[in-house]
Amino acid sequence: MDFNLNDEQKMMRQVAAEIADEQLAPRAEQMEEDREIPADLLRFLAEQGYFGMFLPERYGGAELDYVAYALTVEEFARGSPAVALVVSVQNALVGKPILTHGTAEQKEKYLSRVAAGELIGAFALTEEEAGSDAANVQTAAAKKDGGYVLNGHKLYVTNAGLAGLFLVVARTGPEAGGKGLSCFLVERDTPGFTVGARFDGMGMCALDVRRLEFENCEVPADALLGAEGEGLKIALAGLDGSRIGCAAQAVGIGQQAFNEAKRYAAGREQFGRPILSFQAIQFYLVEMATRIDAARLLTLRAAALADAGERFSTEAAMAKLYASETANFAANLGLQIHGGYGYMKDYVVERFFRDARVTEIYEGTSEVQKLVIAGNLLKG
Amino acid sequence: MLDYIEYEDFRAGVRAKADEIVAPYAAAIDADDHIPDDVMKAVGKTGWFGATAPAEYGGLGWDTVRYVIMVEEASRASGSVGVMLAVQGSLIIYPLSKYGNDEQLRTYLPKFASGELVGSFGLTEPGAGSDAGNTQTAAALDGDEWVINGQKCFITNTKRDWPVVCFATVRTDPDKSKGVRGVSSIIVPANAPGFNYGRKENKMGLRGSDTSEIFFENCRVPKENLLGELNEGFKLFMVALDAGRISIGAMAVGLGQAALELAIKHAETRVQFGKPIGAQQAIQWKIAEMATKVRAARFLVYSAAALKDAGKPYTTEAAMAKYYASQIGREVAYDAIQVHGALGYDKSYPLERIYRDVKLDEIGEGTSEIQKIVISRNILQLKKK
Repeated sequence: MDFNLNDEQKMMRQVAAEIADEQLAPRAEQMEEDREIPADLLRFLAEQGYFGMFLPERYGGAELDYVAYALTVEEFARGSPAVALVVSVQNALVGKPILTHGTAEQKEKYLSRVAAGELIGAFALTEEEAGSDAANVQTAAAKKDGGYVLNGHKLYVTNAGLAGLFLVVARTGPEAGGKGLSCFLVERDTPGFTVGARFDGMGMCALDVRRLEFENCEVPADALLGAEGEGLKIALAGLDGSRIGCAAQAVGIGQQAFNEAKRYAAGREQFGRPILSFQAIQFYLVEMATRIDAARLLTLRAAALADAGERFSTEAAMAKLYASETANFAANLGLQIHGGYGYMKDYVVERFFRDARVTEIYEGTSEVQKLVIAGNLLKG
Repeated sequence: MLDYIEYEDFRAGVRAKADEIVAPYAAAIDADDHIPDDVMKAVGKTGWFGATAPAEYGGLGWDTVRYVIMVEEASRASGSVGVMLAVQGSLIIYPLSKYGNDEQLRTYLPKFASGELVGSFGLTEPGAGSDAGNTQTAAALDGDEWVINGQKCFITNTKRDWPVVCFATVRTDPDKSKGVRGVSSIIVPANAPGFNYGRKENKMGLRGSDTSEIFFENCRVPKENLLGELNEGFKLFMVALDAGRISIGAMAVGLGQAALELAIKHAETRVQFGKPIGAQQAIQWKIAEMATKVRAARFLVYSAAALKDAGKPYTTEAAMAKYYASQIGREVAYDAIQVHGALGYDKSYPLERIYRDVKLDEIGEGTSEIQKIVISRNILQLKKK
C-alpha cells in the first residue's frame, strides 16, 4: 500500500497550488462580487489543459486520470471553490460522458472544443419534482421526424450561463426507475431552448446556475448520447466520477479554512499571547486537520480505484459524504477561530463558510450518498 | 414554572405581533442591510424596546422571562430586529436601570423604551475582543467634561439614520496595569462633538442590524455622563453581558425555531420517491433531533432568565444558555437547509438567511470559547499551588 504521490502527481498538485494561490485566490472576492468568473481566467485554465483533463491528446486533451483530477480540483478549491467546480463539471460531467458514451461523430464534433474551453458544458438533470428522486424526470423527449422534441424545464443547472452545450436528461418512454430516460446533447442556440433565470445562492456566487426551459425544442436524432433508455445510467455514471471532484473540492475548502485559521491564530493576541498557544484552539485545529486528512484519503482512494478500472461508486459516495461534512466542520471552526472578524466579508473564512454549505447538497445530497452507499453495501 | 406553560398565551400574543409587523420585512431588511423607519416605528409602538424598563419610565415592566420570549419571537421573525431588541434590553436598559442616577433615568430611559433612541454598547476594540481588560480607549476629565479618545469596533445598534446613544467602556485610570479595574462606562450621544462613525461592517448575516467602528477624537461629554461609579465599569459591563447572554441565547432559540418550523412543513409537503420526505426515517430522526435541541435550549434560556428574576446568581447558567442555544441554533438551521436540499441554499427562501444570522450568536457578546471559560471557572475548583 503506497500513500505517496509519484513525481508526476506531485508536480500536478504543485502547479495547481500555484495557480490557486497566484491566480484564483487574489481574484476570488471580486469574482463573488461580480458574480462571474472572468473570461480571461477561463481562457487561461483552458490553455493550461484543465478543461480536457480526461480527454485523449487527439482532441487536445491532457489524458490524465482521476487522481490528477482530484489533486487539481482540491488545490483550485483552496483558491476559489467556484472555479474548482467549473473545472470539475467540465471534465467529469461533460468531457467524460461524451468520451465514454458518444459516437465517433459526437466526439469529433464536440471534444476538441470542450478541451479548448471554446465550449463550456453543463449537466441538466434536476427538476422541481426530480431532486434526490432523479428517476422522476418529467421533461419529455417525444420522437418526431427522426429526431426528438423536448418539452419541460430543468433547475439548478451549473455553468448554464456560460455553457454552449447541455447534457439534458429527458423522458423518452414511460418506463419507471429511470429506464424511460435518455440523455441528449443540446446546443445553446437550438430553437425552443431558453437559458432562464439565474439562481441566487448563499455562496458560490461566481457560479452561473440557472433554470432551463424547453418549449417544442427540436433536436436531431444524433443529439442522443448513448442509447435510448440509458439516460439515467449515463447521468449516474457521470455523477459517480464527479463526486470525486466534489469531494476534492470539499477537501480544498476545508484545507484552506484550516490554513486561514492557523495563520490568524498565530497572529492574533488575546490575554497577552497568541491564541494559537491556547489548548482549545490547538485542538480545534487538530480536529480540523485530522478530518481533512481522512477526507483527502477517502477521495484519493476513490480516485485510485476509478483509475484502476475497479468499481468505485461506493467509495466516491463515501468520499463526497465525508468530505462535504468535513468542509462545513472546518469552515465553521475556521470562522469561529477568527471570532468577530470571521463574520465579516473582509475575511476569506466568511466566504468559505457559505461556499462550504452547498457541498452537502449538490451533485447528490448527503442523503443521496447514503442511499448509494446503502444500496451497494447492504444488498444481498 | 417548570414548563413555562403559563407564558404560552403571552407568547402567542407576541408571536402574532412579530408575524404581523416584522416577518414580512425580514427578507428586505437582509437584502437592503437596513431596518426601515416603518418597522422601527411599528416595533416602537409595541413597547418592546423598553420591555424590561419600569412603567414609570414608559417601559412595559416585564420580567426577564417575558423579555426573552419577546426576543425569541422577534428573532423568529427577523434575526436583525431580534438582536437590536436584545442589545437595547440587556446591554442598555438593564445596566442603565441598575446603575443610572435619577437624572440619567429621566433623560434616557423613556426614549430608549420608546425606541426613539437606540442604544449601542461600546465595549469591543481591535485589541480587546475576548480580552476586555485590554481596553485602550481613554477618558480624562477636563473641567466639567470628559474628553474621550480611542476606537471601538464591531459595535451593534450603530444605526446611522437614527438617534443613537453609546455606552462606551473607557479607561479612566491611566495606569494600564489595573486592567479592567481602571475602566468606566460613559454615556456618549452619537451627536456629541468628536464622536465619529468609522466603517460600517459588511457582515455575513444580521444585515440591517448596523455594526460599526466608532472613533472618539477629543470627544467631549459632560462629567455627569459617567454611568455608575468611577473605575467600576467592569462590574457594569459584566452585569450587562450576563444579561445579554440570556437574550442572545433567546435569539438563537428563535432562529432555530423558525428553521425547525420550515423544515417540518417541507418534510410534510415535499414529495420524492412517491411520498412525503417526512415519511423517510432519516428525515424523521433529523426533525426529532432538531425539535429536541430547540426545546432543551429554550429551557436553558428560560431557566437562566428565571434565576435572574428570582435575584439569584445566574452567570454560569446564562453562559450555558448562550453557548448551547447558539450551537444548536446553527446546527438546526444547518439541518433545516439539508432537509430542503437546494431550496435551502436559495436566497429566495429564508433558510440561508437564518443560517447566516444564527452564526453570529456563537460569536457576539462573548464567543462560545469565552462562555466555556466562564462556565468552567465557575464549576472547577482548582487548588492553587
